[in-house]
Amino acid sequence: MEGQSVEELLAKAEQDEAEKLQRITVHKELELEFDLGNLLASDRNPPTQLRCAGPTPEAELRALARDNTQLLINQLWQLPTERVEEAIVARLPEPTTRLPREKPLPRPRPLTRWQQFARLKGIRPKKKTNLVWDEVSGQWRRRWGYQRARDDTKEWLIEVPGNADPLEDQFAKRIQAKKERVAKNELNRLRNLARAHKMQLPSAAGLHPTGHQSKEELGRAMQVAKVSTASVGRFQERLPKEKAPRGSGKKRKFQPLFGDFAAEKKNQLELLRVMNSKKPQLDVTRATNKQMREEDQEEAAKRRKMSQKGKRKGGRQGPGGKRKGGPPSQGGKRKGGLGGKMNSGPPGLGGKRKGGQRPGGKRRK
Amino acid sequence: MKRVKRFLEKREPKLNENIKNAILIKGGNANATVTQVLKDVCALKKPYGVLYKKKNVTRPFEDQTSLELLSKKSDCSLFMFGSYNKKRPNNLVIGHMYDYHVLDMIELGIENFVSLKDIKNSKCPEGTKSMLIFAGDDFNVTEDYRRLKSLLTDFFRGPTVSNICLAGLEYVLHFTALNGKIYFRRYKLLLKKSGCRTPWIELEEIGPSLNLVLRRTHLAPDDLYTLSVKMPKALKPKKKKNISNDTFGTTYGRIHM
Repeated sequence: MEGQSVEELLAKAEQDEAEKLQRITVHKELELEFDLGNLLASDRNPPTQLRCAGPTPEAELRALARDNTQLLINQLWQLPTERVEEAIVARLPEPTTRLPREKPLPRPRPLTRWQQFARLKGIRPKKKTNLVWDEVSGQWRRRWGYQRARDDTKEWLIEVPGNADPLEDQFAKRIQAKKERVAKNELNRLRNLARAHKMQLPSAAGLHPTGHQSKEELGRAMQVAKVSTASVGRFQERLPKEKAPRGSGKKRKFQPLFGDFAAEKKNQLELLRVMNSKKPQLDVTRATNKQMREEDQEEAAKRRKMSQKGKRKGGRQGPGGKRKGGPPSQGGKRKGGLGGKMNSGPPGLGGKRKGGQRPGGKRRK
Repeated sequence: MKRVKRFLEKREPKLNENIKNAILIKGGNANATVTQVLKDVCALKKPYGVLYKKKNVTRPFEDQTSLELLSKKSDCSLFMFGSYNKKRPNNLVIGHMYDYHVLDMIELGIENFVSLKDIKNSKCPEGTKSMLIFAGDDFNVTEDYRRLKSLLTDFFRGPTVSNICLAGLEYVLHFTALNGKIYFRRYKLLLKKSGCRTPWIELEEIGPSLNLVLRRTHLAPDDLYTLSVKMPKALKPKKKKNISNDTFGTTYGRIHM
């Protein structure tokens, strides 16, 4: 008896559910296509009922609209919801319809001089804390900005260094130095910006109105102007301190077709000897410089890759890989001490490396 | 200085773009109907639409430079131009732009117009996102209709949001393509109780309502259109490696030992 009543209850519950859902279900031959990100629905069913209707199909249109809207609302109510300030909010997915953009894609900016250098050397920004302990005031102060920790401008006593003029104003000197640094920074920023904009407008390459020419262009223009006289620049005077232009000779020198037979014979025999010899002819200096430069770039690229992977995987692999004391593959090529000194060496390209690593290898720019 | 910089930054090309603005322009001979249509559409598109009060004597299908100039000045990439001719009465040209050049432009004729002010209780709160429904198989058959659908979606889409308040869904724009005509209706949503969580919908018609006829079209060449639709690589969803899905929905993973 109980079993029967339980079954009956279940059946009745199912029936109730079906009835409830009946109100909101709409029957369509073809399913609608939904783009919930745009709150868009497309009904591909041919509107047969509407065709039967007369010139003012308002009621039929309304019925069709009601059905379609019901389907769209059903979809929307199935989205995951959250409760935000007493209202129920649904999280919309990304829009799927591909609509045209307003403007073309932004072009990639060229790297600034510092970014290029840092990329080459593998320098990455160190994360610094916002607050620094200030001994003088005995509290945590900002690293820079309003009320910073070590503020140069607020000092009331500056010692005159031993080698300076005793009558010089040290305060004014400090202010002047700061102004110069700010001006230099501004100049570099504008130069980077100009380079970025020059890249964005590649059509104007080579032709610049006066006032916008770079140093090289001015030099070239001046040279061309000098040579454009009737005597091809032979009697043009130079300014008192002007130096002779370098590199204005012929780019390649060709030997005369026939002349010095002995020299020609010597050259040809030398060429054959080099070609026949088993040992390779190696310019040691050039080879070592090239190798050093390549290694630098490889290391920087590898470090960048490892840091990217480390960031993506939550730093699991990153520190683990680096703890082995630098990339292990480089250990073979470098002898000893250089392996640990990658980042801490002086950043300049002409940095001093111990010459004993490679015989006769000299750093050349 | 900062103000200029902010202004320029707002207008420059970006990965995630701004919401498109629309300009609504009256042509040389614009009669009362056309003007009222433009006013109603402006009310729908507030605050992302501007209606120009003065009449602009231009012919969009012959010369697009003045439209492009206006769009560049006002940084609007959608436009709607209304005019009246003996040959083309109650004419409406809808279009969108790419890089301040006209991409697609479609001319529609207005046959039957019921304005917002003729219908009682019609309110248009600013900035609500309407739902869009396109009915009728015509919208996928010809290229004209396909582009028209994408143009209308672009025009009436509104801001792209990630969350939406379910109680705040109020308006539905319904486009039906039938017998060469396009019926545009706008309804207000009434949520009634149904047995379960999802409400039962009833619609109340509020303005404006238009019966449109497709006239001329000026569509962009396919390569320009595909260029404009191109999604930047940075915005494409990143594919997770070593995970694949079956046709039955089972997810497979790969482990490298």
